[in-house]
Amino acid sequence: MKTYISPRFRVERDPDRCIQCQVCVNQCTFDTHRYDIENDEVVSHEENCVGCHRCVVFCPTRALTVSRNPLEYRQNYNWRSEYIEDILKQAESGGMLLTGMGNDKGYPIYWDHLVLNASQVTNPSIDPLREPMELITYLGRKPDRIEIDSDSLSLKTKMAPQVKLEVPIMFAAMSYGAVSINVHESMARAAAVSGTLWNTGEGGLHSKLYKYGNNTIVQVASGRFGVNREYLDAARVIEIKIGQGAKPGIGGHLPGEKVSAEVSLTRMIPEGTDALSPAPQHDIYSIEDLAQLIYALKEVTQYAKPVSVKIAAVHNSAAIASGMVRAGADIIVIDGLRGATGAAPKVIRDNIGIPVEMALASVDTRLRQEGIRNQASIVVSGGIRNSGDVAKAIALGADAVYIGTAALIALGCRVCQQCHTGKCAWGICTTDLALTRRVNPDIGARRLSNLLRGWSLELKEMLGGMGTNALESLRGNRLHLRGVGLTDTELDILGVKMAGS
Amino acid sequence: MTIDIESKVPIIDARGIRYRELNAMIRDCVSGGSRQIELRNVCGQRYIGTSLNKPVEINITGIPGNDLGAFMDGPRITVRGNAQDGCGNTMNEGEIIIHGHAGDIVGLSARGGKIFVRDDVGYRAGIHMKQYQDKRPVLVVGGTAQDFPGEYMAGGILILLGLNLGEAESHRANFVGTGMHGGVIYLRGHIDDFRLGKEIGMAELNDSDYRVLETYIGEFAGYFGYNTGDILNHKFTRLSPLWLRPYGRIYTY
Repeated sequence: MKTYISPRFRVERDPDRCIQCQVCVNQCTFDTHRYDIENDEVVSHEENCVGCHRCVVFCPTRALTVSRNPLEYRQNYNWRSEYIEDILKQAESGGMLLTGMGNDKGYPIYWDHLVLNASQVTNPSIDPLREPMELITYLGRKPDRIEIDSDSLSLKTKMAPQVKLEVPIMFAAMSYGAVSINVHESMARAAAVSGTLWNTGEGGLHSKLYKYGNNTIVQVASGRFGVNREYLDAARVIEIKIGQGAKPGIGGHLPGEKVSAEVSLTRMIPEGTDALSPAPQHDIYSIEDLAQLIYALKEVTQYAKPVSVKIAAVHNSAAIASGMVRAGADIIVIDGLRGATGAAPKVIRDNIGIPVEMALASVDTRLRQEGIRNQASIVVSGGIRNSGDVAKAIALGADAVYIGTAALIALGCRVCQQCHTGKCAWGICTTDLALTRRVNPDIGARRLSNLLRGWSLELKEMLGGMGTNALESLRGNRLHLRGVGLTDTELDILGVKMAGS
Repeated sequence: MTIDIESKVPIIDARGIRYRELNAMIRDCVSGGSRQIELRNVCGQRYIGTSLNKPVEINITGIPGNDLGAFMDGPRITVRGNAQDGCGNTMNEGEIIIHGHAGDIVGLSARGGKIFVRDDVGYRAGIHMKQYQDKRPVLVVGGTAQDFPGEYMAGGILILLGLNLGEAESHRANFVGTGMHGGVIYLRGHIDDFRLGKEIGMAELNDSDYRVLETYIGEFAGYFGYNTGDILNHKFTRLSPLWLRPYGRIYTY
């Protein structure tokens, strides 16, 4: 069938600059650049271009320019090009549209409507370059009260297991299979160097990464891939995955093509078979059932590791979170509307779930009202772009955040949303061994730890500006936030005042 | 005194003990070198055998609670009574022998080990069992199952014997093998076509199928006092997935 879809991008090759070196041919995984042997020249098939810029970055003479195809449909706010092209694609294939990364639609980003405070005159700001600033965060269940032995001045209260983070930023769950082994290794090593945690996602833990176990969160999801005793023993934290912001309420299908020999080893399923994660965990149909799995995992690890539960941000998150805490979760993770994925139906990614800022504020408020906020740490994820978002999340009530997309961008990702194809030209979201080598874990780990260092310095700078010297002073302190351009209802849910008031 | 450590086989009286305490006692016995443990008066305690990865024999009198042998890696548990839900959940290795019924999701996501249930099982038995290399979970059910047996099955062997069905009775589970994309179900007796999930097909057994059945039905018969030949001398159907990738063609890229 002839496709009616026009190319999204225009690829221009400057003939004066192009030296016919074929780097672009070798770098492109979407078959955009080809070498025409008869005419001895490199040509571009721009209909294949996904706009990932791999060729642009690697062209030694900067001969390539990729721009949006200027083809304009007749102006129509309702029938925008994306929707026209989606319909064409479905008319030509009859399938569900699959996509990658997070929601790219224009829903409000509340981080951009929140501003932070700073000290002026009435209390001094602190210079973090000269004075100690603390970002240390402990994840885990905190007691209602503590008792101290008055003689030895030691703690009498028996504490639930705590995990110390040097920075309140962790690497989000991205499974091996969705991302490459070198991405996993980059995150694991960066987490170890930076004193934080990385998350395996639901695809198991490769044997060569067991040595980073002390910085590893292992996931137990509905597919139970790669979950066995050693996997649980290796981890610092165990996370039960109920949902994901990019695809609340649905499961996952890792296509057989991505289940390579190595992926098969880690997932513990035969090579080439589809890895299907059912939508629900079939041993969890209620809060009571969730408690059952939480305590099964605590039994396995003899109560030495915090158990985290991750949900997608949905309408009833606050009530659900209350149930999760009462079910025994030591950490609850809320993944918002903008959370990303290696593959999800587009209609789900773009339409289901709520913004994480709203979910976070309502969960934190609810747990405080019920007097159980201390019983679990709150971690949020889904669209955290910079340290400003981190600071605002912490002020809204989060203990820490996960970054997924931001971490991948640090490794080269251009958010071209082709993760589901497995052809990632940057070698990130693929299991093709040749492509995997494009991420060098030595360099990857450095890029990621650099990012965390940069954000930590910025967080300290912001804290100092507010006249505080510990992240703990900002946590859940919504008085440090003000809203701009928000309605009364939005301000009310966020629990912040309007700027100026 | 709820535990008799002096005897070679420790006997634990589980009456009135919470699961956490009971499992800690079991762990203590195992780390103390016991390779056989008797549990008496068990009444709903969860996670028995969960944290064990040694070849221990655990004999249970009473009704163990949910998640019996969840994540278990090696022990053999024998239950003189019924088991509840989640028996053998994500089990890696070991054996569970139930002299009675078992509840829902028996063998959920098991990747190894064997489960023998003398009587019936509840909903979604053997759901998402998977096999890999030499690991192949086996679930043998003497009676019949509720709906969705073998759902999402990605590997392993599920055998439904229907020994408690009358001559003219058939299995009444609906949606058998829905979403199944690996492994095999052997069903003794009759089941109507319309009760099968759309991802699986029926086939006659070949010699290698019978060898598999002889092995596991032999073990089953040994545990529960049946005659292997009598069980095998009956019509069996082999149910297996039609496609390895049942959901490979629903997306557009």
